[in-house]
Amino acid sequence: MTKLLSLARRLEVLTHDQRNLAFMEICGTHTVSLFRSGVKSLLPDSIRLVSGPGCPVCVTPQGYLDAACELALQQGITILSYGDMIRVPGSKLSLAQARAEGAKVEVVYSARTAVRYAKEHPEEEVVFLAVGFETTTPVSAITVLEAQRAELGNLSLLTGHKMVLPAMHTLLSGGDVPLDGFLCPGHVSVIIGTDAYAPIVQEYGKGCVVAGFEAEGMLRAITRLVEMALLGQAGIENCYPVAVRRQGNPYARELISRVFEPVDSTWRAMGTIPDSGLRLRDEFRQFDAQYRYDLSTDADSHPPGCLCGEVIQGKTDPIHCAHFGAACTPSTPIGPCMVSSEGSCAAWYRYSATRSSTVAQG
Amino acid sequence: MDTERILLAHGGGGEMTRALLEKTIVPPLANPALDPLTDGALLDAPDGRICVTTDASVVQPLFFRGGDIGRLSVCGTVNDLSVMGARPVALTQTLILEEGLPLKTLERVMDSIAEASKEAGVPIVSGDTKVVERRHGDGLLISTSGVGIVPEGLSLGLQSIRSTDKILLSGTIADHGLTIMAAREELEFSSQLSSDVAPLNGLCQTLLQLGTSLRFLRDPTRGGLAGVLADIAEGSGLTVEVHEQRIPIHPTTHHAAELLGLDPLTVANEGKIVVVCAAEVADRALELLRGTLLGRAAAIIGEMVPANPPLVELMTSGGGRRIVTRPHGETLPRIC
Repeated sequence: MTKLLSLARRLEVLTHDQRNLAFMEICGTHTVSLFRSGVKSLLPDSIRLVSGPGCPVCVTPQGYLDAACELALQQGITILSYGDMIRVPGSKLSLAQARAEGAKVEVVYSARTAVRYAKEHPEEEVVFLAVGFETTTPVSAITVLEAQRAELGNLSLLTGHKMVLPAMHTLLSGGDVPLDGFLCPGHVSVIIGTDAYAPIVQEYGKGCVVAGFEAEGMLRAITRLVEMALLGQAGIENCYPVAVRRQGNPYARELISRVFEPVDSTWRAMGTIPDSGLRLRDEFRQFDAQYRYDLSTDADSHPPGCLCGEVIQGKTDPIHCAHFGAACTPSTPIGPCMVSSEGSCAAWYRYSATRSSTVAQG
Repeated sequence: MDTERILLAHGGGGEMTRALLEKTIVPPLANPALDPLTDGALLDAPDGRICVTTDASVVQPLFFRGGDIGRLSVCGTVNDLSVMGARPVALTQTLILEEGLPLKTLERVMDSIAEASKEAGVPIVSGDTKVVERRHGDGLLISTSGVGIVPEGLSLGLQSIRSTDKILLSGTIADHGLTIMAAREELEFSSQLSSDVAPLNGLCQTLLQLGTSLRFLRDPTRGGLAGVLADIAEGSGLTVEVHEQRIPIHPTTHHAAELLGLDPLTVANEGKIVVVCAAEVADRALELLRGTLLGRAAAIIGEMVPANPPLVELMTSGGGRRIVTRPHGETLPRIC
């Protein structure tokens, strides 16, 4: 028997005749890895894993995309974006559609490419779409510092960076999502450290276990969450010790706070969460696209019937959305959770045999 | 001269076109059917059915580890013919050159086309060259058509697949797609990845000796292994069960895919085939594949089972299950 199967057997014994439990993962990579590795198929029926607001694309409000599209369609502006952002529908267009209409939109893998691109194309105004959680924010910070050092006048960032912890607080304080603990994100925890979860454990009595992305580590973390929940002994645990420390990465956090400051931020379908976003500090204003082009990114609306907002708050599963698998598929996404490779709906659609459609719809 | 570049005049049909053909394009490809530079090539007509296919090669960068656009163009068409059960006989190519393309680049690509054509044993018998204005051609685009001969009595196809048939894969997956992606972004591990682009006619021809026990061949290019497996499930009406730990993948490729958030099953290959054959000849098919240079890492990765609805089910390495679907549109790396 594989290690994974013996862990699954143990979990089965542990949960036998016990109450139903629900845990939230707040990391798009976890959402996908749990499906892709088959871990989800090994969980007992009494354990429900819900995907939280952990996919950067999914939590970005529509207004941000509209602002990006508006910029993209202006003469002389080039948009640089991470890949999974470009297919997300704004209220009128996605960046991919804007590109087909003649906008200049380039896909990059790292924020630092923006500096190189801006240097090589002095005749273009370059706007980098800086989105993501604590994992991508330090790289955006470095990008701004490099741009400042190089006195680049043609590069700015449309910032949509967000922080994970304020969203966890909002979910728990709302109280309408019954959760028994969090499978905490591996990448984000590398930066913020496991100590950052202490308030969640203390204030709400929910277990927080950090996991990496290997099947075994994830299942081990889920097992620990189950034990904590059933014994009523919530705590913090690190099942990803090769990468994550208690203190996280202080250097990266220092970079973030040197360049950015917290700001109230709109999360798609969750409304405004106080101090949950990051904007460039005043001394870096010349690199702030919102300031430079006088844009607002906070407007949020969502397509009728789309349950992405409920899905990313763990209030429902993708299969309960009327659009899921019918009008809304990865080829014809209605909401962001179906677009991003890390979105909950896309993961359910791609990897779960419980979806109503078959491969024939691919 | 090293700095010489392609000019619009090279496509004008006059003396400059003639000179480009005679100096740069034709000599590396020299063969009796091409050499007269007539409007078309005359080929003998052997017995069997004629298989015709066409393919366009568009890739950036033009040169990458393990190959280039020239090799890709030849192998793409040779492989499309080969998986149809055809013995490729001849290719034709259209080169679309962008004004300003360094002549050196064209020479390198022509040498590579010649080498791949020789390796496959399939001559380029006719062609065309056009030049488009700067910024209208991505440097160099190639369109390749090919003809092959399918022996009488062969019936490869999704309709031939039966329950209990086995699925084989000729080697490691995702090498080509990740090599291109890593090269485009100059990722640090790009020097450890290499495209698998190769002509597969030898390998496919070897398998034809399995006769009617050989059901289906397909090269998993764009869409990757996932795309081909989905085609198999859909076309046969049966479920495909594959075992993750039996699917060969190079460790560096695996890590690169993890880093970019891509499922290696959905990433392109240019030198692999998926084989479906009757269970009783599966070991023999494996032996035949492993006996070739390009099939050394071949493996039996799964089997056809009756199930409704037809799906592709992956038994994951740890012992879990999940379904596999065709990728959608562009393969885009994730944010973090």
